[in-house]
Amino acid sequence: MKIAQKTIKFLTITAIALFTTASFAVNSDQKHDTENDGGRVNTKNEVDAYILHHIKDSHDFSLWSYTNDAGERKHVGFPLPIIIWTTEGLVTFMSSEFHHNDDGHVIVEKKGLKFAKIHSKIYELDQEATTVSFDADHHATNAHKVLDFSITKSVFGIILIGLLLLFWFSRLAKQYKTKQVPTGFARVLEPLVLYVRDEIARPNIGDKHYRRFTGYLLTVFFFIWVLNLAGLTPLGFNVTGQLAVTACLAIFTLIIYSASGTKGYWMHMLWMPGVPILIRPILAIIELAGALIIKPFSLLVRLFANISAGHIVVMSLIAIMFTLKESLGVVGATGLSFVLSFFILLIEVLVAFLQAYIFTMLSALFIGMAVDDHAEAH
Amino acid sequence: METLLNDFSPGLFAVSTILLLALIALMVKFAWKPILNSLEERESGIENALAAAENARKEMQNLQADNQRLIKEARAERDALMKEARDISNNIISEAKEGAKEVTAVLIEKAQASIIQEKQAALAEIKKNVAELSIGIAETVIRKELSNKEDQLKLVEEILKDVTLN
Repeated sequence: MKIAQKTIKFLTITAIALFTTASFAVNSDQKHDTENDGGRVNTKNEVDAYILHHIKDSHDFSLWSYTNDAGERKHVGFPLPIIIWTTEGLVTFMSSEFHHNDDGHVIVEKKGLKFAKIHSKIYELDQEATTVSFDADHHATNAHKVLDFSITKSVFGIILIGLLLLFWFSRLAKQYKTKQVPTGFARVLEPLVLYVRDEIARPNIGDKHYRRFTGYLLTVFFFIWVLNLAGLTPLGFNVTGQLAVTACLAIFTLIIYSASGTKGYWMHMLWMPGVPILIRPILAIIELAGALIIKPFSLLVRLFANISAGHIVVMSLIAIMFTLKESLGVVGATGLSFVLSFFILLIEVLVAFLQAYIFTMLSALFIGMAVDDHAEAH
Repeated sequence: METLLNDFSPGLFAVSTILLLALIALMVKFAWKPILNSLEERESGIENALAAAENARKEMQNLQADNQRLIKEARAERDALMKEARDISNNIISEAKEGAKEVTAVLIEKAQASIIQEKQAALAEIKKNVAELSIGIAETVIRKELSNKEDQLKLVEEILKDVTLN
């Protein structure tokens, strides 16, 4: 049953991926870089760079690129809007103005300011500079980063999956108005909602308080799970592998359990009863560090690291196709890459669920510890 | 660590915070609240239905026990009534028998007494009639035979003979 649900979900996402691909406009750009092979990724260094580029956020949504007969590099995908806060205030333009350049060679001028994109970050050039100059470590010397509120690929993914979740679950909610047992796809969603409520929220928070937090836990669970799965599709999202997003989720959990902590919870943290007075301040420091730093940090790093590592492993195994071509031959390298990446992808499907489960479970556990009646526990 | 911090985008953090807050609010309002309410309603409905079924079953059992008891009681009452009726009828019969016996005895006695009386009356009447008859005979005889002394005596003797026989 569980496998069937996952398959349905996976198929849904794949179908969406195919559907959106069909509606993409194909835009072509001359690749403005110094490489001669037109942006092909063939060598080990290029593969490494490509993987590192992929797990970062991106300012345009590109699905694949190819070189046409005329030697032009074509990118299939669509540009996303760039919204940045600069020294001159808010500046917006489309990412297509960078022409897929990512090493700072293309300079975009807006409001009298010059901008360059280096490793998926937007830099504002100093007043007198016309090109970006780099030091030995490849850090820009005459430009600084700007506050970037762009609709990046991750933001686009969050909006897309958010709308999808809203669509799915509001339809499930609507079905209950007319019938007791939902039909169709909603029938798959109902046991998942029940699973989060009965296996995650209720046992960890307790029957008395779980109702208040179930909405948050359900949202987080499905948000992480569906985005994890979306990251395994050729859409190539890496939303849950962005530190900013996982940090945001972890801080939400931190705020919720700190705000709903009972008197007993804070009492046990700040002035532990039943231990010698001299030890209490030391314990308070340890407890505070645990509650305010270690718990959210473990949440955000676990999710980020697992998903990023998953993406790196899958892409590295796919890259076997190119890197081992010489030693194994085309067929051997392709076959090996296909078999290995297929099995790793299966594991990643499991990890996608597991990480969503762990994040939600730990959030529920932390909330449960905060709202628990401590007086009874001792 | 430096790369990680370099990769951390404050802009993305801000945007995702706003989007997630909106998503949580919308999901809670349009999805989770109605879904959880409906689920709880359904669960309590099922629980109530089960409890009601259990109650109905218990009531049924009680009713059956009651019925059994009532039937038993009714049967016992019927038996008692039958027994009483039988006793009463037996009594009536025996009383009637005794009464009849007495009545017949009295009747028989009376009959016997009246028979004796009648008999005596009849005898008396016969005697009277015989006497009258004898007197009549005697009269006629006497009237006819008074001339003949011998015959008179003979007749008297004969009559007397008859009389002593009685």
